[in-house]
This record gives sequence, C-alpha cells and structure tokens, in this order.
Amino acid sequence: MKKLMMSAAALALAATGAAAEVKVGMITTLSGGGAGLGIDVRDGFMLAIEQSGRSDIEVVIEDDQQKPDIAVQLSDKMIQSEKVDVMTGIIWSNLAMAVVPGAVAQGKFYLSPNAGPSALAGKGCNPNYFNVAWQNDNLHEAAGAYANSAGYKNSFILAPNYPAGQDALTGYKRFYEGALAGELYTQLGQTDYAAEIAQIRASGADSVFFFLPGGMGISFLKQYADSGVGLPVVGPAFSFDQGILQAVGPAALGVVNTSQWSKDLDNAANVAFVESFQAKYGRLPSLYASQGFDTANLLISAVEKADVSDADAFREALRAADFASTRGAFRFGPNHHPIQNIYAREVIQEGDVFTNKVIGVALEDHADAYAAECKM
Amino acid sequence: MSGILIAEQILNGLQSGVMLFLMAAGLTLIFGVMGLINLAHGSLYMVGAFAAAWVAGATGSFGLALIAALAGAALAGVLIEVLVIRRLYRAAHLDQVLATFALILIFSEGTRYVFGSFPLFLDVPGALSGPVTLPGGIQYPLYRLTLIGVGLLVALFLWWLTARTRIGIQIRAGENDREMIAALGVDISKLYTLVFALGAALAGLAGAFVGAIQSVQVGMGEPVLILAFVVIVIGGIGSIKGAFVGALLVGLTDTLGGIFLPQVFKLFMAPDVATQTGSALASMAIYIVMSLVLIWRPSGLFGARA
Repeated sequence: MKKLMMSAAALALAATGAAAEVKVGMITTLSGGGAGLGIDVRDGFMLAIEQSGRSDIEVVIEDDQQKPDIAVQLSDKMIQSEKVDVMTGIIWSNLAMAVVPGAVAQGKFYLSPNAGPSALAGKGCNPNYFNVAWQNDNLHEAAGAYANSAGYKNSFILAPNYPAGQDALTGYKRFYEGALAGELYTQLGQTDYAAEIAQIRASGADSVFFFLPGGMGISFLKQYADSGVGLPVVGPAFSFDQGILQAVGPAALGVVNTSQWSKDLDNAANVAFVESFQAKYGRLPSLYASQGFDTANLLISAVEKADVSDADAFREALRAADFASTRGAFRFGPNHHPIQNIYAREVIQEGDVFTNKVIGVALEDHADAYAAECKM
Repeated sequence: MSGILIAEQILNGLQSGVMLFLMAAGLTLIFGVMGLINLAHGSLYMVGAFAAAWVAGATGSFGLALIAALAGAALAGVLIEVLVIRRLYRAAHLDQVLATFALILIFSEGTRYVFGSFPLFLDVPGALSGPVTLPGGIQYPLYRLTLIGVGLLVALFLWWLTARTRIGIQIRAGENDREMIAALGVDISKLYTLVFALGAALAGLAGAFVGAIQSVQVGMGEPVLILAFVVIVIGGIGSIKGAFVGALLVGLTDTLGGIFLPQVFKLFMAPDVATQTGSALASMAIYIVMSLVLIWRPSGLFGARA
C-alpha cells in the first residue's frame, strides 16, 4: 500500500511548536479509472496547505482505489492508529456513505471536497459533517434551470443506473419545466452509447441532458458528435472538467455545462489559484482541484480561529466559512452544505487547449432541496 | 418503434459484436492452445489503444496509429509470454489467474506512470467521420460501418489462417495434443509465442479501433475482458467459430436488450418503473443467455471438450 506522508512541517525548519498540531486524514482515489479526480483534489488541497506556510497541519494521504471496503479500512486505521482530527478527500458518494457516518459518530470532523449524497444533506445530516463542494443534485438542478432559459421544451435525459444517476435525473426534473422526449438509465461504466443515440435520434427531442461522469462522458460525447444527431446538449460539469476535455476534443465545443466554479471566474482568490496551480503542476486546474483548494482553505481558516480539541469552537469556526473561496461568495446553509451561485459555462478552445468560459448564472445563491429535513 | 430504429440497433449490435470478436478470438486461441487463462488480455487491449493514441497524437495519422497498436500490443504480448506466461503453462489455473492478475496491476500502474492519470485523445479519422445515409433512410456513422467491415475481414482471415495454412494445422494440433506435436518436431514454445503475439495483436487492434470512439484511459480493458470471457464460454473454449457466433450473440443481446426490454415492460408497468426494471434486466441479459446456452450445451455452442 502506497502511503504518503506529506507534512507542511517538513517545509518550515524549526517550527515554533506553540500551536497545537492538527492532523488531517485524506482518503481519496489515486489509482484506477477514477484517479484523475482524486489527484486533482489532493493537489488542490496540498497547494493551499503549502501556500499557507503553516507548520501545524499534518496531512496523511491514502488511496481508496474507489472501493468502499478499502475506504472503510483506511478510515478505521486513520481514526484508531493515526488519531487524525479531521478527515476529507472522498470523491464517490457510495464511498462517502460507507465512511462519513462512522467517522462523524466517533467525533471526527469530515470536510467533503466532492461527494454530496442527499442522505447526508437531509435526515442524515451531522454537526461535524461539512460539504465544501455541493449537494449532488445541485449542478443538475442548474442544468434544468438553464434548459428553461434556453427555451428547451422536449428534453431527452439519460444517466447511469446508480444512486447518483437517479439523483441527477431527479435534480434536472426538479427545475426543468418542459416535456420529456425520453428518459434512460444506462449501465454504470458503459462505454458504447450507439443504442441510446439511436433512440435520441428517433425520439423527436429538441435537447439532450446527460450525466455521465468521467470516461462514460468522453465516450458519449465522441459518439454523439460522430452520429450527426446535432441536438443541443446540456449537462453538469462532471463530463466537461479540465481533466477530460482534452480527451473529448472538438466534439465538446459549444456544449453548455453547469458548475459552481470556472477557471475564468473573476475574483482575486481564483485568479491567484489558477495561476499558482498551473505554475506548480504544469496543467490547468479542474473543478475538483478548486474544491480541494477551497476545502483546505476552509480548514486553515478554522485552525486560525480555534483549537481543534475544542470541538464546539472549531465547528463554529468552520460554520463561519471565513475564507476567500475560489468561487467568490460562499457560505454554509443550516445543513452545512454550500449556498452558492451555479454558473452556466460553454466549452471553448484557447489555442490547443479546450476549456470552459462562464456565460451566465444558472442559479443564484442556490441552496439544496434537503436542508429543511435536517435537524441538528 | 420504427423499422429504421430497429435496423439501426441491429447494426449497432453487429458492430459491438465484431469488436468483441477481436478480443475473444485471441483469448479463446490462447486458452484453447495453451490452456492458459489470461486475465491480462484486457491490458493488451489498453496497450493497443494507448499506443494508437500516442502515435496519432505525434503524427496525426490514423493508419500509423493502427500499425502502432498492432505492433505495440504484439510486442507487449511477446514480452509477457517470454518473461512470465511461459513459466505457467504447467501450473494450476489458480496460479495463472494470480500471475496474470498481477500483470493487470503492473500494466495499469505502468501506463499511468508513463501517460499520467488523465484520458488520452484519439479521434475517428477525418475521412471516416460523420454519418452516411443507408438504403431505407437509415443515418449511420461511417466509422462504425467500417468497423463492421474490418471485423468481418479479420474473422475471414482467422478462418483462413486456422483452416488453410500450415501454422493453422499446428495450432489446431496443439489444442488436441501438445506432447504429440512436440514429438513430431514442431517447436512448441515458438508456436506458443506466435499464438500469444497474434492474440495480443488482435486485442490491441480492437483497443485502437474502439478507443477512437470511446475513452482511452487506464483500466479500459477490464469491462471488455469480462464480456470476452462470456463470449468464449458461450462459443465453446478454443473455437474461433464459437467466438465469432458468441460475440455476435452477446453484441446483439446487449444492444437490443437495452432498448427493447424497457419498451416491453412499458406495456404493463408505469414508464419510470419500466425504465428502471428494464435497464436492470437488460444488464443481466447476456448472463441469462450464457446460462441458457450452458444448460443446453455445457461445453458451449462449438466446444470440443466437455
């Protein structure tokens, strides 16, 4: 098992030793097909820690291989033998459901840099659980809102047949007001979409909404472009992030997607983040990297205000969200999920590089639909 | 449900079937001739796709990319045959599974080390991109039509190779009795390396062809590997003809099941429930077909051995 100990303490020579050490356990996906996401979260997170220059935050990083059982083992190890104070890093909702409830029940803080299953936003919310990215439905809701404003009346919608896929279609339908030309669940990990594209062609739809994260989205977009169907496509940012756009290539040009972050958001924190990320890692950041960066900065803001051993004070410091987010305005709702703008972006080409450009706000100051069910 | 849609779905099923055949043919040859369960066959598919994407990125030529995929995967095949697999022919199947599973991990992390964690770009060549209109008004991507054609040509070539050439006779003889053909003066280890390289090259070719319309990324070979195993079990282990029939059967079942099962359920269920039930059942369809075939013929459709 690969184990990386990255300590900010190693950078500063003789640390003063006055402040209490905060130990962070990061469990994320660093191998296998989904590794790109975890690597971006890790790199964004570590960049923020490095920039803070703090010597009192130690980060232990482990690879969950995108497997729930491994994630649970690692979590037990981090809590029992590493004795971490704060946990973070999980990308996938099914892994989050396996790890987060146990970790917060043992009094640890959990800061989610990505996964936002509805179960943890509503009845299952917890005072020690903070989501710094979004609730799973949010970007899809924004896509539905965008579809209305674009005048789409007859959408064909598809997503993989697993919980996050069902949440995606639910989220889209929550805001989309037109009719449905068709609704399809595909297999998780499916790579060939010829059959679905033929149905889209035959359905008489005027637009297509899809949630197919990672490689599934690459396959779909390439095949869709080659099929000549040519209907407008809208989707969440997960199939249009910086890591995979280069693999999709020209097939993605002009597609509108929704995201809480974009490389060209014009605020000081974001400009500095994009520039320093590119300087350090030699690639453009993705939304996952921005989420990792924001998560670390939230943590740092809380460490500056309160001692982690005083759980109530530390929780209040986290809740204040007193940090400069790369998304601009950022605050937590009553269930510790973000209330934030969600933007519509368009895929463009800058020289050789495919990237996104903000074209408008899809949902302003958007909170999730489950906050009312949360009692804490 | 229009006739055009059905015809288009049948073409889709054929296309996925013939690509599956390229994978399954190599797998069934290696299993049939050498008695080896090669889990790393999916990695050779990935090697082909990465070699193609890399060469296409550097030269811009899809033709060169295909040659690179064939050569790269064949070379990787020869390397692992000589270094690892050769020691396993007499070993138990469990040892083979263990060793070739290790090869999957080595190939995956090795590829990540060389190319990074992000998917590579490989596009359909310009001359083959876009749809064509077939008789009857069916709009169908030209590239997929080409894949069907190429797949059938490869099937024909393999039939000719095994049925009409000296090498083919040796391969078939090796399947039946390896001691005897060794005693007759055939260099069995050279023959094994050759068969392994041939199987690897076919997998690499499939990886390159499919990579152009899918995502070229680490781990792309494993889902195809599982399907390929289903194909050779249905077709009968060791039989090229069985692999061909099995691949088409799996391709068509997978494609048509995904489309028509939800439609069938809609006749007597609420649409959203029908969609979910139909999709769930569709993902099981090929395994149901496999069990039916095995009940009817336990050694597969064209299997020689029970």
